[in-house]
Amino acid sequence: MGKMTLEDLKKLREEKRRDLQMRDTENKNIQIIVGMGTSGIAAGAKQTLDAFLDELSDQNLTNVAVKQTGSLGLDHAEPTVEVIMPDMPRVIYGRVDAEVARKIVRKHIIGKALLNGHIFDRPAADIVQGKSGKTEA
Amino acid sequence: MAFKQYILVCGGTGCESSNSGNLFKNLIREAEEAGVREDVQIVKTGCFGFCERGPIAKVLPDEAFYVDVKPEDAQEIISEHVVKGRAVERLLYKESESKEHARIDEISFYQKQFRVVLRNCGFINPESIDEYIARDGYAALGKVLSEMKPEDVIEELKAAGLRGRGGAGFPTWMKWNFTRQVESDVRYIVCNADEGDPGAYMDRSVLEGDPHTVLEAMTIAGYTIGAAQGYIYIRAEYPLAIERLKLAIAQAKEYGLLGEKILGSDFSFDIEIRLGAGAFVCGEETALLASIEGERGMPKPRPPFPSVKGLWGKPTVINNVETWANIPVIISRGSEWFARIGTETSKGTKVFALTGKINNSGLIEVPMGTSLRDIVYNIGGGIANGKKFKAVQTGGPSGGVITSDFLDTPIDYEHLQELGSIMGSGGMIVMDEDDCIVDVAKYYLGFTVDESCGKCAPCRVGGRKLYNILDRISRGQGSMEDIERIQTIGFSMQRASLCGLGQTAPNPVLSSYKYFQDEYLAHINEKRCPAGSCKELVTYHILPDKCIGCTLCARRCPVNAITGERKQTHVIDQDSCIKCGECYEVCKFSAVVRA
Amino acid sequence: MKMVKCNINGIPMEVPENTSIYKAALQAQVKIPTLCYHPDLPAWAACGICVAKIEGSKKMVRACATNVEENMSIITHDSELQQVRRTVIELILSTHPNDCLRCSRNGTCELQRLAAEFGIREMPFEMNVEPIPQDDSTPSIVLNPEKCVKCGRCVNVCQNVQNVYALEFLGRGDKVRMAPAGDVLLDESPCIKCGQCSAHCPVGAIFERDDTRTVWNALRDPETHCVVQVAPAVRVAIGEAFGLPPGTLTTGKIFAALRRLGFSAVFDTNFGADLTIMEEGSEFVHRFVKGKGEIPLITTCCPSWVDYLEKFYPEMIPHFSTAKSPQMMLAAMTKTYYAKQEKLDPCKIFHVSVMPCTSKKYEISRAQDMFSSGCQDIDVSITTRELARMIKSTGIDFVSLPDEEADTALGLYTGAATIFGATGGVMEAALRTATYLVTGRELAKVEFNQVRGLDGVKEATIDLDGTEVRIAVAHSISNVSRVLDKVKEAKAAGKEPPYHFIEVMACRGGCVAGGGQPYGGDDEVRKLRIAGLYQDDKDHTLRCSHHNPAVKKLYDEFLGEPLSETSHKYLHTHYTARPLYTK
Repeated sequence: MGKMTLEDLKKLREEKRRDLQMRDTENKNIQIIVGMGTSGIAAGAKQTLDAFLDELSDQNLTNVAVKQTGSLGLDHAEPTVEVIMPDMPRVIYGRVDAEVARKIVRKHIIGKALLNGHIFDRPAADIVQGKSGKTEA
Repeated sequence: MAFKQYILVCGGTGCESSNSGNLFKNLIREAEEAGVREDVQIVKTGCFGFCERGPIAKVLPDEAFYVDVKPEDAQEIISEHVVKGRAVERLLYKESESKEHARIDEISFYQKQFRVVLRNCGFINPESIDEYIARDGYAALGKVLSEMKPEDVIEELKAAGLRGRGGAGFPTWMKWNFTRQVESDVRYIVCNADEGDPGAYMDRSVLEGDPHTVLEAMTIAGYTIGAAQGYIYIRAEYPLAIERLKLAIAQAKEYGLLGEKILGSDFSFDIEIRLGAGAFVCGEETALLASIEGERGMPKPRPPFPSVKGLWGKPTVINNVETWANIPVIISRGSEWFARIGTETSKGTKVFALTGKINNSGLIEVPMGTSLRDIVYNIGGGIANGKKFKAVQTGGPSGGVITSDFLDTPIDYEHLQELGSIMGSGGMIVMDEDDCIVDVAKYYLGFTVDESCGKCAPCRVGGRKLYNILDRISRGQGSMEDIERIQTIGFSMQRASLCGLGQTAPNPVLSSYKYFQDEYLAHINEKRCPAGSCKELVTYHILPDKCIGCTLCARRCPVNAITGERKQTHVIDQDSCIKCGECYEVCKFSAVVRA
Repeated sequence: MKMVKCNINGIPMEVPENTSIYKAALQAQVKIPTLCYHPDLPAWAACGICVAKIEGSKKMVRACATNVEENMSIITHDSELQQVRRTVIELILSTHPNDCLRCSRNGTCELQRLAAEFGIREMPFEMNVEPIPQDDSTPSIVLNPEKCVKCGRCVNVCQNVQNVYALEFLGRGDKVRMAPAGDVLLDESPCIKCGQCSAHCPVGAIFERDDTRTVWNALRDPETHCVVQVAPAVRVAIGEAFGLPPGTLTTGKIFAALRRLGFSAVFDTNFGADLTIMEEGSEFVHRFVKGKGEIPLITTCCPSWVDYLEKFYPEMIPHFSTAKSPQMMLAAMTKTYYAKQEKLDPCKIFHVSVMPCTSKKYEISRAQDMFSSGCQDIDVSITTRELARMIKSTGIDFVSLPDEEADTALGLYTGAATIFGATGGVMEAALRTATYLVTGRELAKVEFNQVRGLDGVKEATIDLDGTEVRIAVAHSISNVSRVLDKVKEAKAAGKEPPYHFIEVMACRGGCVAGGGQPYGGDDEVRKLRIAGLYQDDKDHTLRCSHHNPAVKKLYDEFLGEPLSETSHKYLHTHYTARPLYTK
């Protein structure tokens, strides 16, 4: 790229900003944790993950961290996804394929409503406390 | 969406010297072999600051904070974490043995820090101007050139309250304003990157980890004061920083962010690099300017100050790297935001190189006003090996010691000066009970005596005399007259030296004498080193009731000073003993004591 | 001129803007102690002795380098300042050889005076003297870095005033030392032996080579016929060594003293100067009027200037006058004309010249031409300082001596000759005779004020009955490049030369402030000494070189006419390009 004007600079900033979003650990108060254990991957968890990333990008949401983890322990309902969000209860969704992933973004995260058809587990408060040492956000 | 994961490998000073460069290369190779090169972006960034536990690698967005990573670990990180999604437990940072691995924002080392100057270090690839721009890089310059007049910039800096971070703490807006107002056809901007304090690497980390911030700041200054040319005077011992700066300058020029008609405006500004040649005194501003002019690096009397008569006799703004790094963020985020950080008189943050007998040594950045206690115990994690805290030395060879009585002092320019020390460029060395204060003072004096330019008599001759006195004291050959001499010479150096090097060279000895008089007197009157450090004053003895005659010490003694039969108590011959401490180190029965 | 109100030790006063605290204090009858400060040079601010306080601040500032500001309240001495000054002096003394009784500056040393004035009685610090070998590689100047107090005067004079850059500080911290740049011997460096370093050195670290023993040995030898000549600049300065004010004309006393020392004949370099004008004036006419030779013509009586041009501007050698300097011309005549007259064997004549200059010690063997008589034309050249010491060591009461005359044969001089010692003097003398040679008429008024004074470069256009002669006078080598560059520029562009005749003297003020003169030369002293010479000129009835009857006699009886073959043999010399560094 050659010499820029102020407009060019602004455009470049916008373009590259999104690329760097993922590295930002501050300002990410919403977490989507995708179970990527062996069974999860076999059930298509990778596509689920991709779908989340795509939908978040389309919706321009910058405060969501998408993380991978090992198996969440619910092998029979893979792919499993846990959603942790302030003002919403912590939820584990099961059988989340690409389409469901996108619905979760639109309905749960943006719309702040649970996808009742896919809730698989809602971790008990005491288990939650024990796991991370913190109370639910 | 190109990448699903990011691995940020720390390329800062400490980690680089612990082989993080190879870790970086291995990660890339492993990722290629595993076929996940497209999924995971591997970036080498600037300093994360947690140097004690380096090399460090962060995996995001999983927020895995890996510490003490070796190049061989690359294979496991890729295969386990990237491919299978399972973090490598053994590499994760744990606060203490009992706790679980911590999330990055829970790590106590970082809790009290607030990274403004180091905002991009550890985050972006310093060789990518696009990444700098993505994080608001050059937004400040754009704002200044399109919306602000030079007076507006000065007003913003004034409201922000930024003070020079090189050590003197002079209000930055004032310096720029003075320079602006001197009638002249030509003015210059200079960046002092000659960071010479032993153990200091704050500026280095900024230059290696975020070089564009300095370029952007200097360009803003050029616009504000009416200069068309800037120079970065950087010590030749920082080759990586020099390389990164050269690259950054080329990149900025390509984008039209430096050089002719910047961002399409009428303003042109160019930056050149000038290398130092191994002289600490060239960090003093008038000596630095003389060096750029091709003369012997020796200070000149001030006034006239560089603002009035600087480089080649023209009005010059010369600021330290850390000061420059604050400028773009003040302009983008606003002076109000900046002024909310810090104390009434000292706004903003300060980067410190926290080193010494501390658990978490590394590069830290805290708001002004943070207490020493927080730094030593919360961020620093307390004294290593369960030893007792003795003092903190701040300000490098120009500073003084701060004892435990003053640990709750908020760190800012005024408070440190009251305590007889200085902020300096940000060196902070923590000492424990095993550090001899006389030795520390002698070490610093040795440095300043070596680095003195030799121009003025008080520093050239006085410094050497002070060093020789301390040397004699540390060898048990001191006298009470020496204490008097230290005071007389120290006072004369403080008052009559031509530049800051000589004026502050006596600080470590005068300050340590004030707070640790007993330790000095023990060396002089009792020929004893309480910390057990000064070799000539230490004696080793074997306790008869503990010695079982295993003969290990006798066999290890390099001068055969220990005699004794097997299973008989051994004895050290004091006349032959060279005080190397080997017997003390190897005895498994604590039979060798040091006095 | 804007004035600034201030207050020194409670005394209110007004000084011009940009006056240093040091200078302002002099008005309040306080001479703040200093060591590295010298009025010839910008404040170097090194020694740390001239500290003063400004009310309202704990800091101490250097009086030499700090300007007085409006309403400044200055304290020049209190117990703290005195203590710091004393400590700094003691520190300097702790690195200085305790050698006063055998030192060349015993009695004139500025450090000695400070130690005496401060009543130093003990050394509270350990002595650390760095042993460094002496450098006596040049015939003129000796470097003794062991005694150097790092005042920086010599380095600044050599670099900034003389533009030679032969001396520099090497090393750093307490290992710093004064040495020729490149750490070579002085003789291997660009040094032009002007001795300005020795004239400014406050201590015995740089001094003239002492040749007095050679002179005493010659005087003691009954087989040797000792003759001596004295330069013009000596007569207005040597009195200072005996307590007389600068500029006092002591010509007659010098001749008397020299006879009492044992010299058989006493001559005056001024005779040589008149001779030089005859030769050089004719040379100028030859080149300027007849067009034979390079224009501008540049004077060559100053051997440091000659050395400088041979090293730094060798391409301009054709512009040099081939005439020797006055001392060399007189010397050649001594060992030929005078020797024949007195029926003496020339090689049994021991010729001594007394010069204000250290460079003359070099000139006397500079080229084979200096042996034109068949033996060395001048055997020894000594400086004013050396002669003063010789006189003092005999106990002669110089000040009370009756005046005597020089020996006429080579001792008579005109007013034009004596002003050779001042900057512009050679030019003025040359113009007085050139006017006659070019126009044929005598001047009614012989003064040429345009060439007088201490301005670094003086330019003028002289009208010789319709012929325009453009002249330039430069003193202090840093001013010379301005003049030479203009000449070179015009030559390269094919234009008319900006000057026809140029006079250069290496030392500021001319020979009156040469490297061998009594210590303490600054502009005030220069002006007084120069005034003394112009007075000497006025006091003479004959004020043009071509009126000197002894010179006329010399030409009639021996040389023939200016620029004759005989004149060329004895009174002219050659030049050669020299390298800056010979290593």
